[in-house]
Amino acid sequence: MTALVLLEHDGHAVKQPSRSALAAAARLGGEVHALLAGSGLAEVSVAAARLPGVTKLLVADAEAYAHALAEPLAALLVALAPAYSHILAAATAMGKNVLPRAAALLDAQPISDVSEVIDADTFVRPIYAGNALATVRSADATKVITVRAASFDPVAAEGGSAAAEPVGAPVVQGGSRFVSAELVKSERPELTAARVVISGGRGMQNGENFHLLERVADRLHAAVGASRAAVDAGFVSNDMQVGQTGKIVAPELYIAVGISGAIQHLAGMKDSKVIVAINKDEEAPIFQVADYGLVADLFKALPELADELERGA
Amino acid sequence: MKLLVPVKRVVDYNVKVRVRADGSGVETAGVKMSMNPFDEIAVEEAVRLKEKGIATEVVAVSLGVAACGETIRTALAMGADRGILVETDAELQPLAVAKLLRAIAEREQPGLIILGKQAIDDDMNATGQMLAALLGWPQGTFASKVEIAGETVAVTREIDGGLETVSLSLPAIVTTDLRLNEPRYASLPNIMKARKKPIETLTPAALGVDPSPRLALVKVVEPAKRQAGKKVGSVAELVAKLKTEAKVI
Ligand SMILES: Cc1cc2nc3c(=O)[nH]c(=O)nc-3n(C[C@H](O)[C@H](O)[C@H](O)COP(=O)(O)OP(=O)(O)OC[C@H]3O[C@@H](n4cnc5c(N)ncnc54)[C@H](O)[C@@H]3O)c2cc1C
Ligand SMILES: Nc1ncnc2c1ncn2[C@@H]1O[C@H](COP(=O)(O)O)[C@@H](O)[C@H]1O
Repeated sequence: MTALVLLEHDGHAVKQPSRSALAAAARLGGEVHALLAGSGLAEVSVAAARLPGVTKLLVADAEAYAHALAEPLAALLVALAPAYSHILAAATAMGKNVLPRAAALLDAQPISDVSEVIDADTFVRPIYAGNALATVRSADATKVITVRAASFDPVAAEGGSAAAEPVGAPVVQGGSRFVSAELVKSERPELTAARVVISGGRGMQNGENFHLLERVADRLHAAVGASRAAVDAGFVSNDMQVGQTGKIVAPELYIAVGISGAIQHLAGMKDSKVIVAINKDEEAPIFQVADYGLVADLFKALPELADELERGA
Repeated sequence: MKLLVPVKRVVDYNVKVRVRADGSGVETAGVKMSMNPFDEIAVEEAVRLKEKGIATEVVAVSLGVAACGETIRTALAMGADRGILVETDAELQPLAVAKLLRAIAEREQPGLIILGKQAIDDDMNATGQMLAALLGWPQGTFASKVEIAGETVAVTREIDGGLETVSLSLPAIVTTDLRLNEPRYASLPNIMKARKKPIETLTPAALGVDPSPRLALVKVVEPAKRQAGKKVGSVAELVAKLKTEAKVI
């Protein structure tokens, strides 16, 4: 029994959610191989070979893999699949795009967003925005799994020494072409990797006001997130949405500001260790999940919070 | 160009679901059902493409129990032209749905199939990608913008770091994200008109597909409840508690 984990990377380092996928793969009880696909992988393959627990690193270096398009990547996974009992990736935009496509080609039903590995065939996954947890058992020959990164502590970035091996599989183009990307540049930690997350909702009123959150985030080395309402209203970009259909986070500390606490938002953050809510409506449902609730106007509370943290530092 | 839009009947997004005491699933009896919100966005996009003269016909498809016919009616009231109901009492998982939709796509020969990115009941986020694979078509998932030009469609996708645009040769699959559009409400006259639009009923057997589920459901449980915590009186108290009690800052 050997599992193959598709790694996500930026050309330099392997992304943290992939290290959580490796942690999930380790729970299956067999050997773990990793697959690095992209174009110009010299630097990142050195980093990937050091990931603990990986016995073999497959390196697929070709122009067609440069933008992680689903069509060539799924074909690559299918070509490699006969050697593997499980194929995994983190349930990121990339993993969710690629793995179900590979699964269909393997006649397997993907197991999306797994939050717990019971055994090699049995998994727990949240359904209905996390309001229920389903335990499912798969009898498919190849089990295709995306992993909820927030539910698995990532393996360390270093400590292993995998043998790297180039992949000889033929490259499939598949009718899609990368045109452009508009990536949001930020000095802050990534939402899904941050120890502290502070998110703003419709109560922030506009994008400008997010600087109030950023001042606090600076003090706490926090990532900044948002509710759907704040994204839909154009206050901030889509990559900041936390929730059922956005990013799933489980930081040590989550601070929700001007967010009411709809189930779709809670689905993305209720596994955080400590939750703080700041809302002027004491009836807001967010207080039902908050460890510490402050009923206050955020426009008064946020500057105070930043001052207090600066004073204490 | 013909457009196919699969629409799923799901528990309404406003309902707080209850897990059945025997662990067999989530209580759906007597619960309000609606069209999956992402599928409303898909129907809206298809209807707009028709209004722009790019599409010639919009076909809404739903798979499941007879009541899925109501979901198709909703799509027809929004502006779809006709419906196909694949009726079965079997539990349908994305692989089976994708196989059934492939069979329908082979009959209907659409130029584009627009699905929701995710059904808010099973939260699988898989069917569109799987259908694309089975048909051998390219896919543009999590779309926030769809532009058809000749034989290609440009899809702007919501990805983890921001936005990405891909160009797909038609026929292709698109799955919708929240920012693609704001679905319209069906007007009363359109609801009346929708009653006269045709819905064809098929079965998995007629399409030659075995819809048996691949994932066996062992049990469904409620997640651990979070205890509501305490209210703090001031920012200073909050910071003090986070430092000394929770020890997270
Ligand atoms: C298919 C679907 C998917 C969805 N996915 C997501 C998702 O992934 N993530 C997500 O977040 N939502 C999602 N939603 C939307 C969700 O249902 C809610 O609409 C959304 O979370 C509400 O955002 P909000 O709390 O910012 O806004 P609101 O509900 O409008 O709440 C604003 C809050 O701000 C407070 N407030 C206002 N002014 C102040 C002030 N000056 N000081 C302090 N407090 C103030 C108010 O008291 C209120 O509680 C989804 C919905 C659907 C249908
Ligand atoms: N039973 C169904 N009937 C019609 N469409 C469906 C069905 N199941 C899934 N879909 C489509 O597939 C999308 C994604 O569903 P899922 O992969 O289950 O999250 C939905 O938004 C629908 O467009």
